[in-house]
Amino acid sequence: MIEAKNLTKKFGKQVVFKDVNFKIDDGEFVSIVGRNGAGKSTLVKILMGLEKKTSGEIEMDHQGRIGYVPQFRNIDLDYPLNIEQFMRLNLKFTLNPQKRRKNNENVQAILKQTNLLDLKDRPLGLASGGEKQKAYLAQALVGRPQVLILDESTASLDVDVKVQLMDLVQKLNQEHGLTVLFITHDSDLTKRYTKRALLFEDHSVESIGVDEISEDMFE
Amino acid sequence: MFGYEFMREAFIASTFIAITAGIVGVFVVSRNMSFLSHTLSEIGFAGASFGILIGISPLAGMILFTLISSIAVGSLSTESSRREASISAISSLFIGLGILFLSLSSESSSYATNILFGSIVGISSTEVHQLMILAIFVIVVLFICYKPLAFDSFDHIGAQASGLNTRMLSVVFLITLALSVSIGAQIVGSLLVFVLLTLPGATARYLVHSVPKLLMVSVGLSLAGVWLGLYLAFVTNWPVTFFISAFEVIAYFIGLSYKNWKLSH
Ligand SMILES: Nc1ncnc2c1ncn2[C@@H]1O[C@H](COP(=O)(O)OP(=O)(O)O)[C@@H](O)[C@H]1O
Ligand SMILES: [Mg+2]
Repeated sequence: MIEAKNLTKKFGKQVVFKDVNFKIDDGEFVSIVGRNGAGKSTLVKILMGLEKKTSGEIEMDHQGRIGYVPQFRNIDLDYPLNIEQFMRLNLKFTLNPQKRRKNNENVQAILKQTNLLDLKDRPLGLASGGEKQKAYLAQALVGRPQVLILDESTASLDVDVKVQLMDLVQKLNQEHGLTVLFITHDSDLTKRYTKRALLFEDHSVESIGVDEISEDMFE
Repeated sequence: MFGYEFMREAFIASTFIAITAGIVGVFVVSRNMSFLSHTLSEIGFAGASFGILIGISPLAGMILFTLISSIAVGSLSTESSRREASISAISSLFIGLGILFLSLSSESSSYATNILFGSIVGISSTEVHQLMILAIFVIVVLFICYKPLAFDSFDHIGAQASGLNTRMLSVVFLITLALSVSIGAQIVGSLLVFVLLTLPGATARYLVHSVPKLLMVSVGLSLAGVWLGLYLAFVTNWPVTFFISAFEVIAYFIGLSYKNWKLSH
């Protein structure tokens, strides 16, 4: 479970959000919506320990094991690693042959799960937008996360690629009980895949049903 | 050529330098630090002249200057455009300082040419031992940090998300880079040490697609260049730096053409 109690974040004098309260259950698939600059990514960074909260509490049962899939990454055309090697960056170093074999099996299983088996040798720089997002997701899964955070990961993808990726995430949520935080500007996707959304608005956060989501919440 | 003591010394020293530069270079390129390593080599020149001026060894002066400046860079703002501008401003200052230090010291100008352009003669066995120890230190540190450093260098955002202390890694890497610049300059000269620190690593990216293979190819190209350079310099009496740069540049363009050829097939 993730629980925020009177959580406040300021950058200097600028208040991002103030006295925010919410709960996210284990295994829940929840959308996070709100206009640009409302503080969605800042919340994620606080969760990951990359940014300090100003006051209040944010609690998580499972320490640390977060898989993070952001929209942008510094991957240019010349990026040299292939998709499998990119995933393997997230493995811990070990010389123990048993652990190495387990790691290899895990990587192969994830490649299969994410439909990347045929593409594993392709340099990531040459992969399409959708393939890249799948590779980011696959790398996050290598860390065996309990919480998966998609931060506008579907933003620049074609509709059918979006649906493919989200079907995959849905499967992970249903079959492995992965908690998913889905940050998006796409109200269709929130309605299709989630029941509940956390709406970031006016420096606070409100839990709403997905059918209450309207386009003006994103502007 | 191994009949000569100074050639044996030069050969051993260059081998260690090439291995270090080959490894460090893979990370320099993937962390977009080619420019910084160029600047560090100019700062190293000032450090070496400073060493000569105050009567410590040029190597010690170089290490002093490059270490201080790499740590200063590490604590600079992370905004890269501003960083590049301030780095290039600082490096011009250091070139000037290097020339000033040299003109103030009583050493002959051949000393200056050695620092700038490198030299294979006149390396004593004490210096070879110093270079070896420094090189081994750099290699051991990089080996210990290998996994997290590779993660951070090839996917900074992913590394941050997985909870790695990327700040710390950056400082550790800058220290190894400063040391590599200093030891590499002893053979290739401070003017061109960045050739060894960037080109083999950059060429490898066109050829292979995993971190261990990048390291192997980069070290291989670096060793090949240095060995061939030493041999040709011995035979022709031309400067070793010329042969090493020529080899690495040619290898780079062959690598680039290979990649383009593969893309079009
Ligand atoms: N490191 C930072 N320093 C200062 N302000 C920041 C920083 N990061 C984000 N902000 C500001 O905090 C607000 C929330 O940003 P963010 O969480 O990225 O919004 P969202 O992800 O909802 O679009 C924005 O006004 C942004 O400019
Ligand atoms: Mg955001």
